[in-house]
Amino acid sequence: MSDHDKETDKTSEQGYGTTGHSWDGIEEWNNPLPRWWVWTFYLTIIWGLGYTIAYPAWPLVQGATAGLLGYSTRAQVAEEIAAVETRNAEMVTRLSVADLRTLAEEEPDLHDFAVNAGASVFRANCSQCHGSGAAGATGFPNLIDDAWLWGGRIDEIAYTVTHGIRNEDAPGARWSQMPAFGADGILTEEEIDQVVNHVLDISGQEHDAELAEAGAELFAANCASCHGDAGQGSLAQTRQYQEEDGQYAPDDELTGAPNLTDAIWLYGGDAEAIRQSVYNSRFGVMPAWSEEVRPGFGLTPAEINAVAAYVHQLGGGE
Amino acid sequence: MWDWIKIAILGLIALFAALAANWARDLAYQVHALIVMAVAAGMFIWTIRTAGEPKPAETGYSDGVIRAGVIATTFWGIAGFLVGVFIAFQLAFPVLNFEWAEGYANFGRLRPLHTSAVIFAFGGNALLCTSFYVVQRTSAARLWGGNTAWFVFWGYQLFIVLAATGYLLGATQSKEYAEPEWYVDLWLTVVWLAYLAVFLGTIIKRKEPHIYVANWFYLAFIVTVAMLHVVNNLSIPVSIFGAKSVQVFAGVQDAMTQWWYGHNAVGFFLTAGFLGMMYYFVPKQAGRPVYSYKLSIIHFWALIFLYIWAGPHHLHYTALPDWASTLGMVFSVILWMPSWGGMINGLMTLQGAWDKIRTDPIIRMFVISLGFYGMSTFEGPMMSIRAVNSLSHYTDWTIGHVHSGALGWNGMITFACLYFLTPRLWNRERLYSLSAVNWHFWLATIGIVLYAASMWVTGIMEGLMWREVDANGFLVNSFADTVAAKFPMYVLRGLGGVLYLTGALIMAWNLWMTVRGQKAVQPSATGAATPAE
Repeated sequence: MSDHDKETDKTSEQGYGTTGHSWDGIEEWNNPLPRWWVWTFYLTIIWGLGYTIAYPAWPLVQGATAGLLGYSTRAQVAEEIAAVETRNAEMVTRLSVADLRTLAEEEPDLHDFAVNAGASVFRANCSQCHGSGAAGATGFPNLIDDAWLWGGRIDEIAYTVTHGIRNEDAPGARWSQMPAFGADGILTEEEIDQVVNHVLDISGQEHDAELAEAGAELFAANCASCHGDAGQGSLAQTRQYQEEDGQYAPDDELTGAPNLTDAIWLYGGDAEAIRQSVYNSRFGVMPAWSEEVRPGFGLTPAEINAVAAYVHQLGGGE
Repeated sequence: MWDWIKIAILGLIALFAALAANWARDLAYQVHALIVMAVAAGMFIWTIRTAGEPKPAETGYSDGVIRAGVIATTFWGIAGFLVGVFIAFQLAFPVLNFEWAEGYANFGRLRPLHTSAVIFAFGGNALLCTSFYVVQRTSAARLWGGNTAWFVFWGYQLFIVLAATGYLLGATQSKEYAEPEWYVDLWLTVVWLAYLAVFLGTIIKRKEPHIYVANWFYLAFIVTVAMLHVVNNLSIPVSIFGAKSVQVFAGVQDAMTQWWYGHNAVGFFLTAGFLGMMYYFVPKQAGRPVYSYKLSIIHFWALIFLYIWAGPHHLHYTALPDWASTLGMVFSVILWMPSWGGMINGLMTLQGAWDKIRTDPIIRMFVISLGFYGMSTFEGPMMSIRAVNSLSHYTDWTIGHVHSGALGWNGMITFACLYFLTPRLWNRERLYSLSAVNWHFWLATIGIVLYAASMWVTGIMEGLMWREVDANGFLVNSFADTVAAKFPMYVLRGLGGVLYLTGALIMAWNLWMTVRGQKAVQPSATGAATPAE
């Protein structure tokens, strides 16, 4: 409606009139495009054309233009990974065959490297259960303290990481199973009460002395074979044998039966939690992390040694 | 005659829904069939009782459906903000994922409820009612299709209810912003085509010689959303009596289709549609001509041509081929100026009326919404650049970006439109309280600033923590470390949400008091469908 000149007396601050249309009282100025807007728009288009020439961009019948720079996101990632791997290659080779028992004293530089590498392995793979600070949670052992089920020497830790615990897929997994004394009808409810009170007694907690006394006998008959006569745990006994033999292997520990005389409890140390453990038993599992069991996703020997070194130096390593 | 056809159809729907409920293979489907049955049966009875009654004559603009839309927008807005605040605190305090509500009200179920409630229920109703208002006024024509507009309105509310209840009961096709399952998608398609018919029909029978720019944007939004919705939701139901369906696309093609949809849901639902609102209500409230007609043409065509390509920037460094990722990034950057064209045209419309920012809190809301629009349409292209994205992707920065756009641009402009519409639609002289609008403005603004700033800080922090490696190239932080480090920012974000929600509650009260207040002495002129020229 260019012939509509009712508004010709109106001009915008830029000195232009309106288009002459009006919708429900709304009019439009005939202002030109802001110059800076047009030029910025042009610049982004020019930049965009240049970018699509330099980088892979335009789809063709088969594949797409590769771009003059030969850039590829996958190649970039592979390059970055390769650079780190080359830099660490020597250390990694040494670490994968290192003697863990003497690592800290004999090769302090490699030990330092292993602790840093192990920390990163731990954060990515172990922290989900054991916590990012390795302090554990109910059902998941604390790795900072000096209480160990399967041994806290560096090579014992590496063995546990490699083979896992109660893991059917992994040959050599640490394996034991406590009987479900209640569920399987080995002990009566009353006897379980007595055993529980005995355990409360030896762990220094409040208990019924009469029941505990009766429980002592039951403990000796049913529990002591794994947990030890005094409830000191299987590892304490294993350590004794090893000392007598003058040698040890990382898979010496066979039952992983916890020490019942201290204040450290994996599944809780009150009467109810202990009763649950005796009645149903527990069956905590840990994956086997070695590449052999988890092809493509597992940890390399160097990574296993590294994470063992890391866990070992957290505070509780034997 | 039409009444009896309607009665027969409604009766059949109720019957089939009852059968479907009986044979349902999962809870969500069963609940939905019962909802459909109840709605159809209720309408069946109502239609029988009113059959044959004389219908009121159709004169002037049809504003009843717009009034309903204003109420629905306010209601769903508050519902969506409330869920948002709750899930923000669920992230800060996981104990709020109550044991007794597990499987229904945990974060995973409530998160799509929040996003759909604010985008599709709040934003969607705002678009529905403003587009119906704008298209009538700028076409000087009553809505086409008689009660079809009411069908669109109630059909859309039914879609919202089916989607929301489906999320709580676990019916989802796991596509972000397209979670509803196949039968809900089909229903929305029907409703949407009716919406297109009403809108287009009104434009076709317009009495103005030209189509106003706001209607270009609304039309682009309606047409494109229809296309996006249909393609992204192509799926085959496992059973006609079950909620579950299988997507037609697989793997990276599915991902690409999803983000082609997802990004254009932002581009056409939250940008083009809302620019339609801007082009009518800003010049109207300011009483000034639109800044530049030329700019509106150029930035409209540039915007709708470029937006549709930008989706791949959601998939940088994934299985998506590099060439697609490059194109997504390049088009996103070129999109910067076309996006800003809308901001310039909105802000510069205030030329000669800048003083109104001081005196008119509604204008102030429009201005800040355009400010946030400009900010997030700069931030978006920047984040789409591969190098920036490698830091920002998967972090809270993305959440902050979305919310500065959603709370700042979509929320604020919708509030301003509701303040504009309510006195006019209910024929009241003025809003109940302008100082309450002022309170709303400041609460919302401070809320957005808290939200966006805390998410920038925590997003960049976690991006840096994730990529932090020591001298040997080993990761320094575990994921849990980054979660723990974000806690104070999560609390701050929740507080920002509380402020924003409080502002919306004040608005609801203010609108309610306005409607309850005195009628204007002069009957308003809005009822007459006459061309302005």
